[in-house]
This record gives sequence, structure tokens and C-alpha cells, in this order.
Amino acid sequence: MNFWLELIIKLVAILGFVLTGALVVIYAELKAGSHMQGRIGPYYAGGRWGWAQPLADGLKFLQKEDLSPIGADRTVYGFAPYVVMMSTLAVFVVIPFGPDMVGRDLDLGIYFILAISSLSVLGILMAGWSSANKYSLMGGLRAAAQLIAYELPLVLAAAAVVVQAGTMSMNGIVAAQSETWFTVAGIDIAMPFLLKGQIISFIIFMIAVVAELSRIPFDMPIAESELTMGYLTEYSGIRFTMFFLGEYASMIAFSAIAATLFLGGYAAPGVPDNLANLVGPGVMLLKIALIVFVIIWIRWTWPRLREDQLQRLAWFWLIPIALANIGVIAIFKVVF
Amino acid sequence: MTDLGMIHRSESAVSIELQTPDMTLNIGPQHPSTHGVLRLIAKVAGERVTDVEPVIGYMHRGYEKLSEVRTYAQITTLVNRIDWVAGFASEVPFIAGVEKLMDVEVPPRAQYVRMILTELARIASHLVFMSSYPLELGATTPLMYALREREYILELIEEVTGGRFHPNFNRVGGVKPVYGGGSMTKKWSLDLPEGFLQRARDAMDRMEQICDDIDTLVSDNELIKMRTVGVGVIPRDKALEYGLTGPNLRASGVAYDLRKVENLLPYDEIDFDIAVRTGGDCYDRYVIRIEEVRQSSRIVRQAVDQIPSGPLQTKVPRVLKAPRGQVYSRGENPKGEFGYYIVSEGARMPYRLKIRSTSFSNLSILKWVLQDALLPDLVAIMGSLDFVLGDVDR
Repeated sequence: MNFWLELIIKLVAILGFVLTGALVVIYAELKAGSHMQGRIGPYYAGGRWGWAQPLADGLKFLQKEDLSPIGADRTVYGFAPYVVMMSTLAVFVVIPFGPDMVGRDLDLGIYFILAISSLSVLGILMAGWSSANKYSLMGGLRAAAQLIAYELPLVLAAAAVVVQAGTMSMNGIVAAQSETWFTVAGIDIAMPFLLKGQIISFIIFMIAVVAELSRIPFDMPIAESELTMGYLTEYSGIRFTMFFLGEYASMIAFSAIAATLFLGGYAAPGVPDNLANLVGPGVMLLKIALIVFVIIWIRWTWPRLREDQLQRLAWFWLIPIALANIGVIAIFKVVF
Repeated sequence: MTDLGMIHRSESAVSIELQTPDMTLNIGPQHPSTHGVLRLIAKVAGERVTDVEPVIGYMHRGYEKLSEVRTYAQITTLVNRIDWVAGFASEVPFIAGVEKLMDVEVPPRAQYVRMILTELARIASHLVFMSSYPLELGATTPLMYALREREYILELIEEVTGGRFHPNFNRVGGVKPVYGGGSMTKKWSLDLPEGFLQRARDAMDRMEQICDDIDTLVSDNELIKMRTVGVGVIPRDKALEYGLTGPNLRASGVAYDLRKVENLLPYDEIDFDIAVRTGGDCYDRYVIRIEEVRQSSRIVRQAVDQIPSGPLQTKVPRVLKAPRGQVYSRGENPKGEFGYYIVSEGARMPYRLKIRSTSFSNLSILKWVLQDALLPDLVAIMGSLDFVLGDVDR
């Protein structure tokens, strides 16, 4: 196939998936959160179940004036949301939805993801610094401290999987989870890494993901009861929409990474190889939805921590445990 | 030679301290966690608050002055707007003071109705606190649960008085003969709406249930404990020094409740306990209010069971004039001591009315207790004091 045609198809597919996916997740959050609180939630928009609520919200944001404070550094202020959005979108390049349904299967897939997703902190820091608002500044600094602290457990938890899989390629990691682990009564049983002794890595990874996403209980950067909206305080209109969409898109991205690393990605038991490309996306979406729901569930149940407690959790507990976890898994890998 | 010079200079460079001026952060008057229009001028070094200066008065409505040109019956419309979360509770001390001044005897049934409604207002007020305090810590769901239950209380109050927030129900010498069955029927009656007592019992079942729910969802939550236990500790002597009253004082270990001290309402015929905790931190100030809701529901149950029959209003002259004199009348508002100092010159209106509002006095400790707090703790401590800005500024 022509290189350019393929590129355009992949770009459109990824963009379409990410943006509609973000809208679906926003709707799910509105609806699930409402039901957890004994409310109905969106009801009118779209005629039935309020399905068009995120669309209506998006259109409303587009109509709003794109304000920027007088003291703001206009260039940096305007550019920040796109940095965040870019780093989120780039993650989707290597996430596989089927053996061939992947933007590009890099050999360093997970490494690329961890590197590129860290860039979003740059955008957040830019937003916090350039807004010329003290609340924004504090929010930006909190976000930077938090994302740096939780980058380490995230990487270490992913490294444990890489050690067990023996590859950094996302497709390779999925393949490692779909190969036969043991045979019982003539049936080959393949297990995702979650059930192959990676439960500690999974928990650490999920805690770090929630912290990376700045969601409750780690939403100090935007803690509205303290910092009004943190680094988002001054944003409105399309730029706020970019941040908002980026937040939910990165929720999908990290859920997809977790699904690939720990839940077996697009692989499902009993699917023949020739159908894997067809069934794979559905299986993957199901697993993503599961993790997204857990993240939403946590948000509507728990309060937020304090900044120092969050740092203590990261440096005193998660990182040592993650290191020990890698050691144990490496030993098992060598011995067995 | 040059090396020595270099060393010398680098040492002196180290000894110069890095100049980091504190940042002045203006919190409010429009800020999500100031419950209205409180303004704090905070000096922060990073996340630590080194100094805080509360600025109040954005909501001053001049009720003390307005009272001087209104008759005693008209003033109840004003005083229930001071602490609007528990409007009924602030009417009672005022009207009791006027009755003391005029030497009017109140029928026992009216006293019981006042007591039931005061306790309902207390439950409503504490439910607002139970819902809004987790919100300040980032938990949104308890808000919905507690406010949903508060509707049952507000419906009860509305049923009797016709108003959800501002009952304006007390009259000198009793309570207003009620509009039968709330807005349901169009019949004037001279008694409580039919079935009210049973509905009050049912509502108390719900209140005890929501207390248990909030206990499991919030009080036993490890993250809530991390945020509140040991934060904003007010020791017993400091609490007394700053004149705290109400749950804020009782959370610091002082068993002082005006319901046991004053005899505005027949609390001596009711069996209930004063909830006391000794920690004095945010967690205790939160939990003690849940305990008080349980005690209030105990009071309502007993009062509903043993409410005497009789009229709700005694005969009073059509033109009410208080004789010359002065009186200080105080009662236990959900937030603490609520008092009125009424000076009469023998006219239909008070010569002077001084309102001792609860939140204003409770707020006085803010500067002390916020010393060296972290910024997230500032929000947690401020919320745990449970003040209403209308009550601060009057």
C-alpha cells in the first residue's frame, strides 16, 4: 500500500477513535457517577438517556470566548493544551488492537509510551506558569512534583512485565500472554500477566496511573476546594476543551496500556488466529472499559489525599515495593 | 593565591541565604471553599501557610439596626435569616427573651413543638455539614446522600411552618396556629398537621440510617482519617480562651451544652446525652456532629411520644409592648451558643438588639488555628469549624 495513504488512514482512525472514545468516557463518567450518587444524570440531550450530553458540552465550550489573562505569556499559554493533547495522542501509535491493527509496532513500544506520556507534564507546567495566576502556578508545580514522583513506580511496574515477557514491543507482550502456559486435560491454557504473578505490579501500575491522570484521590493539581481549578483556572473555550478531552483521552490511553500489559490486550481465549484482527478490537475495548470503570468508581467514592501524603506514598511505599517486585520476578524468570 | 581566593568566595556564596519571599495568596471572597464570601489573605511559603488574615463583612445586612425599627413579631423574620441553615433554631432564643421580658407564659405543647422543630433544624444543619465537609476533602458522593435525607427534614419543617428555610413560626406566647397539613389542604387548623408525629418518627428512622451510612462511607474511610486526624488540633484551653461553643468546643473535650444549662425549652424532661470527644482535631469535629444527629433524633422521638395536648398559643395583648428592662437570652444553636441581648424602653420595638451569633465567635480562632497549616489543611480546618457567613456578618 502507498505509504502516504496508509499514514492518512491510520491518522484518521486513531484521531477518530481517541476523540469519540473520550466523548464516550465523559458520558460514562457523567452517567455512572450520577447513578452512584442516586441521581439520574444527563437526561434530555439527544432525546434518549442524554447520550448527546458530551457533544453538547463540547459545542458549548467551542462557542465560549477564548480568554487569556493580561499578564499571561500568550504564546506559552496558547500552546500548552496542545502539548498535553499531542503527548496523549502519540501514545496511541503503538497500542495494538489486533495483530495487525496497530499504528506502528515499535520494538521499544512500552519504552516509547512511557517516554512520550511524560511530556504531558511539560504542557501542564507551561499552563501553570504562563497563566499569571497564583492558583495556576501552585497547581502546575503540584502537578509536576506529582507526575515526576509517579513516573518511577509506573516505569518500574511496567519493567516487571517487560522482564517477564522478554520484549518491549506491545505486540510481543500480548503474544507472550497468549502463548500456552500449561496444559490441563489436553486444553492449552494461556494466562494474562495479571494471573501470572504480576498482581503487585498491576496494583502499583494502577495507583500510578490514577496519579498520572490527576484524578481523585490524587487530584491535587486541580483540587477545586483549594486551588479553584489549579492549572486550568484561567482556561476557557477551545483550550479548556483540549485539556478536558486530553484528560479523558489519556484515561483511555493508560487503560489501554494496562489492558495490554496485564490483561492480555486484544487476545481472548478461544479465538482462532485468523479472526484475531476482527475480534481483537472488541476484546480490547471491553478490557479498556473495565479499567476505565474502575477509575471512575474510585473517583466517585474517595476523597483526595494531601500533597505530602502522596509523595510519601510514592517514595516510601510504591517505589521500594516495585523494586522488590522486579527482583522477585527476575529471579523467577531466571530459575524457571 | 587565586585558589584561596576562590575558596573564600565560594564559602561566602554558600552563606548567603536564598531569598524566597512569601507569596501572598488572596483566597476569596469568591472561592469554592469559603462557604460564601469569607476572604482570607494568606501568606504562603510553598504549601505552608505562615500567616492568615480573615476579612469579614462582605455580607453585613445590618440586622441589629433593622431590628430597632421593627416590632417584636416582625423581628422573627429577620433573625431566622441569620443562620439560614438552621433558621428555626435562631428564632427560639429571641422569642424566649421577649417572653421573659413581657412575662408571658407559653403553653407546654407550644414548647414541645418548638423543641421538636429546633432539633429538626439541628439535624438539617448537621446534615449540611456532613455533606459539605467531605466535599472539601474531595469526596463528592456523601454530599448527595446527606442532602437527599435533609429533604425529609425540610419537608417536615415545611409541613408545620410553611417555610423550608425561614419558618417565621414563633409568636410571643406560643407558635403560629398552623396552616393545616402544610400546603396540602386549604383548611386552617389550630394544631399540628395530621400525621405529623408519625412522619417525624419515620424521618428519624431515616436519619439514623444515614448516620450509619455516612459512618461507613466517610468516618471509617482511611483516606478521610489521613486527612483529618491530628489536623487543626484545638486544645481544651485554647477552645475556652477563644470562646468556642457548640460542637467545636465539645470536640475539644468540654461537655458544655446550653440545652442542659438554660431552660428555654423543656429539655429537662428529655433523656439525652451530650456528645463529647477529646481529640479536638478535624476528625473529632466531624464525628461529633454525626453523634449529635443521633442524639437529636433521640430527643425528637421522645418529644413526639410525650408531647402534651393543649393550645399552641396563649392570649396576648393585640399591641405587644415590652416593659422597660433588658434581658439576655441564649440557646443552643446547631453551631453553638446563640444569644440576644434585648434592651426595651417600653415601646413596641426594641431600643437595641445585640446579636451574639455563633459563627462569628467560632471564627475568631481561625487565625490561631491556621498558623503553619498546609494549604490543603487550611481548607480542611476551615470547613470543620462549620460556620455560615450570614451568621458571621449578620
